[in-house]
Amino acid sequence: MSNQIFRDSDSDRQFSASWFTGRVFVYSILLLWAFICLFPIYWTITTSFKMAPDVMKGNIIPWVDFTPKWLGWRSLGLSPETIGIESTVREEFLKRFWNSAIVSVCSSIIAVGLGSCAAYGLSRFNYRFGFMRNSDISFFFLSQLILPPVVLALPFLVLYKSLNLLDTRIGLILLYTLTVLPIVIWIMRDQFSSIPTELEEAALVDGLSIWGAFTTIIMPIALPGMVAAFILSLVLTWNEYFFAALLTSSHAKTLPVMVASQTGSQGISWWSMAALSFAAILPLIVIAIILERYIIKGMAAGAVK
Amino acid sequence: MSIEEGDKLHVVTADDISNNKKRLGKFLVWGSALILIFTLLIQALDTNAYLTIGLETWRPSLYAYVLWAFCLCASQVLTRGEHGKRVLFVLPAALFVISMVVFPLLFGLVIAFSDWNLSSPDGRTFNGWDNVRQMWVDPFYWNALKNMVWYTLVIILEYTVAFGLAILLNSQIRGRKFFRVAFLLPLMLSPVAVSWMIGKSMLEIRFGPISRFLRWLASEPSTDLPALLYYPGMYIADIAQWFGWASPSFFGSAGIARAMIMAMDAWTFIPFMMIMILAGLQAIPRELYEASEVDGASKWRQFLEITFPLMLPVSITAVLIRIIFKLKLADIIINITSGGPGGATDSVTSFIFREYRDRSNVGYGTLLAIVYLVIIVIAMTVLIKIADRWMKPRY
Repeated sequence: MSNQIFRDSDSDRQFSASWFTGRVFVYSILLLWAFICLFPIYWTITTSFKMAPDVMKGNIIPWVDFTPKWLGWRSLGLSPETIGIESTVREEFLKRFWNSAIVSVCSSIIAVGLGSCAAYGLSRFNYRFGFMRNSDISFFFLSQLILPPVVLALPFLVLYKSLNLLDTRIGLILLYTLTVLPIVIWIMRDQFSSIPTELEEAALVDGLSIWGAFTTIIMPIALPGMVAAFILSLVLTWNEYFFAALLTSSHAKTLPVMVASQTGSQGISWWSMAALSFAAILPLIVIAIILERYIIKGMAAGAVK
Repeated sequence: MSIEEGDKLHVVTADDISNNKKRLGKFLVWGSALILIFTLLIQALDTNAYLTIGLETWRPSLYAYVLWAFCLCASQVLTRGEHGKRVLFVLPAALFVISMVVFPLLFGLVIAFSDWNLSSPDGRTFNGWDNVRQMWVDPFYWNALKNMVWYTLVIILEYTVAFGLAILLNSQIRGRKFFRVAFLLPLMLSPVAVSWMIGKSMLEIRFGPISRFLRWLASEPSTDLPALLYYPGMYIADIAQWFGWASPSFFGSAGIARAMIMAMDAWTFIPFMMIMILAGLQAIPRELYEASEVDGASKWRQFLEITFPLMLPVSITAVLIRIIFKLKLADIIINITSGGPGGATDSVTSFIFREYRDRSNVGYGTLLAIVYLVIIVIAMTVLIKIADRWMKPRY
């Protein structure tokens, strides 16, 4: 093909070489960061299957460096042999797990319920409460985000003590609802203001009440946003440690407090600690992998106007 | 709460509320308010031993308050019909937040100016400005505040990393879903688990993989390596030894320990900023880049003239929210270093946590917390004002 008309000039060929190095550069950074993100999780999983010599020798790859053993999981009562037998550690673990699950799910549901209503109201009507207009009320809700937990912690400790709410799930649920409410309102306000008001106007003309229109017309449309808000609250409340450490002692202790109390005692074996940590983070890892879309949507909601 | 004209959603309603309904609504509010006041009064008398009913807790007052809140909501609908129904959207959340924040804050103010040690039998006594004077000369509190400044400043670095990663994720790459999930995962992990996974096991001096890796870097390469590998190996080993990686210690000296806490916190929160910035990047119209390419702009110039200015609002939001989260930093510190060595890694929250847990000193701890809140509110207001001014278009 000597009489080819269209040809890549030299500069174009050079460009492709630089494009290639650019690709290598981009992918190597991405892979490096993915490694940084994933290695601690991988390390925790593998360590939970290690025995003492494997830990000391620093073996990393299962089946190549070391043979996986159920040691860590057995100490939690969760290995195949011990799953059928009575185990106090497992009982304890399941109780904490259950506490965490109830507290985080309940408080997220309450927060999404209260927060969605408030966000809807603020996006549709003009309120006046004393000197406060709509924007002031919104700011009042959002400003709760700035409040550091430590300011509320000690008054709540004393209040809960006199209300007999210390070490109860209800006390934690109320407090967690408060901490995630601003985030829910922030996400949902964004959601509702993107839904055109003509929808409700049509529903109202057809004879629905405003609450009827909200529950039957608007909520289904805003459902993805509500799921996003729910999951974000779930993540935050599941991982919450500070309030749980201060306000619970034996009955309502949550999973993070249990993990933390284990790390405190010296001499605890790595494999059982790894198993415990991994069991504590597993639900959220599963949620992250399945519902990644919603989490990202929720966090992006307030960012872009 | 009343409704102003000019709603976004226009509703024409013809409410005819009978006088009976109005009366019922008023009766509900005032009746339940009376019950609440009455319960509070009896409880106050009871705790101060003027009465001897022997109520153990303040639960009855709580129930009376909840009853009052319900009656208030119900009466809104009864007395004001359609308008009341609209108020009902915001009222529950507002009541909840007010009762959960404003009341404890006021209560906290009372505690802050009193000498109250939960482990001492004396109970609470006012001590005026004593706590403030104690705070003024408490070097550990000022040290914790100083540390918070360091912790906050490092957000600039986190932001740079997050921005870079977001740009890479936004470019034409394969396996974007995998990278997104992988990058998101650290955010999902509980700080307590992270503090064991990284702080206590991976950074462990003898067996942790990171210390092992550093020791391997610092060790002399074996002599039977080919020269091409041997000399760089020697060079790396020299540098590593100069850094003291032959026997690494992560929580021994103040600077390194603080850097480690920063790194762990950054590890969990970089995904957060990254996702917000990524959402912003995806909202930038392609045409701008195409136009600038036609004009012959280089990639770097595109970034400076298009990406960065357009991302400024998103960036500021992300950084402000990150600052808010950073100011709550405590879990990792409590679990790994508990403030050590010598308070070098203490955040305000972790310091107050220990003040309470080790000394049960509720009064002093609350004062420190409230001073912290005041500082935060002032600093955030100034920051938001600056950000507002900066974001205003100058053309």
